[in-house]
Amino acid sequence: MSEQRITLVEAVNQALHYSMTHDDNVVVLGEDVGTNGGVFRATVDLKEKFGLKRVMDTPLAETLIAGISIGMASQGLKPVAEIQFMGFIFAAYEQMISHAARMRNRTRGRLTCPMVMRAPFGGGIHAPEHHSESTEALLAHIPGLKVVMPSSPRRAYGLLLAAINDPDPVIFLEPKRIYRAVKQPVPDDGKELPIGTCFTLKQGDDITLVTWGACVKETLEAWQQLKQEGINAEVIDVATIKPLDMDTILASVSRTGRCVIIHEAARSFGVGAEIAAEVSSQAFLSLEAPVRRLTGYDITMPYYRMEHHYLLSSKDIVQAAKETLEYQ
Amino acid sequence: MITPRVEVPFLQYLDEKGAPIAPLPDWTANPDILLHYYRQMVLARVVDQKAIALQRTGQMGTYPSCMGQEAVSTVFGHLLQHDDVLVPYYRDVPGQLQRGMEIEDIYLYWGGDERGSARPSQRKDFPNCVPIATQAGHAAGIATAMRIRNQHNAVLCSCGDGATSKGDFLEALNLAGVWQLPMVFIINNNQWAISVPRKLQCGAPTLAQKGIAAGLPCVQVDGNDVIALHEAIDQALQHARCGKGATVIEAITYRLSDHTTADDATRYRPSEELKQAWLKEPIKRLQTWLHQNDHWDEGKEQQLQEEASAKVQKAVENYLNTPHQPISELFDYHYAEIPPGLESQKEEALSRMTGQAAGQESSI
Repeated sequence: MSEQRITLVEAVNQALHYSMTHDDNVVVLGEDVGTNGGVFRATVDLKEKFGLKRVMDTPLAETLIAGISIGMASQGLKPVAEIQFMGFIFAAYEQMISHAARMRNRTRGRLTCPMVMRAPFGGGIHAPEHHSESTEALLAHIPGLKVVMPSSPRRAYGLLLAAINDPDPVIFLEPKRIYRAVKQPVPDDGKELPIGTCFTLKQGDDITLVTWGACVKETLEAWQQLKQEGINAEVIDVATIKPLDMDTILASVSRTGRCVIIHEAARSFGVGAEIAAEVSSQAFLSLEAPVRRLTGYDITMPYYRMEHHYLLSSKDIVQAAKETLEYQ
Repeated sequence: MITPRVEVPFLQYLDEKGAPIAPLPDWTANPDILLHYYRQMVLARVVDQKAIALQRTGQMGTYPSCMGQEAVSTVFGHLLQHDDVLVPYYRDVPGQLQRGMEIEDIYLYWGGDERGSARPSQRKDFPNCVPIATQAGHAAGIATAMRIRNQHNAVLCSCGDGATSKGDFLEALNLAGVWQLPMVFIINNNQWAISVPRKLQCGAPTLAQKGIAAGLPCVQVDGNDVIALHEAIDQALQHARCGKGATVIEAITYRLSDHTTADDATRYRPSEELKQAWLKEPIKRLQTWLHQNDHWDEGKEQQLQEEASAKVQKAVENYLNTPHQPISELFDYHYAEIPPGLESQKEEALSRMTGQAAGQESSI
């Protein structure tokens, strides 16, 4: 078993290798996933190891990638489809929303859709337009879909294994800004991590910082800065946007009484709003300050020259935390 | 019984070495247009190579080179009339330069600045389309507007070979056929959609024949031969402008570059294939013909290269000296009138900015 330290994108690759080795029903498809090994190298060596029938370079057609994944999944395969960037996922929405999400319900369980759709999301890599989107809320809003967003190599590995084995369609969104930001030892032991569970990364009693995706990086930096000032923040990586584990968040806020939700996606109608609403209604009496959302603005992701004005820094998080702590 | 005619003519005038393989069209007797094409292609390549250099030195973002396929975009850039509309894909620098984009606009856009698509001289042309094939629908919509208004103009929609696999492309073809839209579809078949070769993209022998099912005339042309391109595109545009409907042109060319500066084609593309493709590239081919017909010489070449370099250098300076946009511009163009909630977010962004170190606003 490998104890080598690997990056998040390497952990995705390792999970795909593991799944394909241990389950013949797992197939991988998408644009440039075969010979090229994926534009981010998430599917490297899969074609060489498992062959063209199970690792498919598709024609350039996202609707088709989603459509054939649904078809294959209905026959008991476990397709793992890659959409090259989240900005190109929209073509696949009709298939995911009108079909993948509904197949079980429409047939009362006769047909199901155990597929995974992977896509890198988020900004901060100086990419061209349409390469920096964070639209997880659009997908989380759809009944029947699960939305998973890992933020560390270990969580990427364990959650992707779980997503592949999940009986329902899972959108698996990978924070590409931290694809190679940290390395961790990730044992290739096939152990899944639970979908639908938050991960408490740091325990603290003063304030709850709730986040996911690449923002976990800045939130942990903020945690460090706060700690140096004697403030003990609790950091929760939501990890699964849907189904949302409110129990972990509510238990934390019940102790701290203060909550800041941090996400890169635009603010209005976002996942932060959902969490804030739940906290407000279920932990109302514990709250000592209004729930604060620290998010992207309600604007199209600026082209990269100005994207730093959109993205959140640890300084922004520290400031929001302090303002929430100072609220009386 | 209707027998479908599956016949796609292939048009070529100059062979790989620039020698005529068919009687040349009359318009070539006067070399002005061909000289224009040559100069534009040379300029486009200098612009293109500089873009790559800017990216490599951290002064510009990811960039998709058009090296090797300059002829296609150069020819349609010239043939489009003032009130025609260009709906490009993201490898159409040569055409865009003739349609009102300045060189620095190209660098601004790929340098991560929205203002690259803003210059009024770009008229009603569409900006770069990064999602694949979605522009085909827009082009059909523009053509529909022309039809409703009885305008005698044409829309030219450019795309790559990969785009022909998408529903958007086929849906637009279908509509163009059924509504007789004034359109020209140009497929830049450069043989590669990132790492996926043409033969894995489509099982049909030509991509042009996708037009047949939509009832459209279709033609393949040597996309590195400006004369063949001129003939095919000129005829298709005239056809469209006088109400005879759309045409599908598949230009056979080659992507001599990586997909973008973020790509490494050596991972998937045989080096021998690339070597062979260099023998067919459009600029050398036309230069040879011009030389052989006494329209070109070393002196002119040197002068052209110097002029192109100077022009590009000036544009680079303009680009690098363009100050960042004010933060307010990130908010001001989402709606005709900014809604109150967004206005307060703008204030938030501005005050956040004031809190940051002022030095952060240096250019690039």
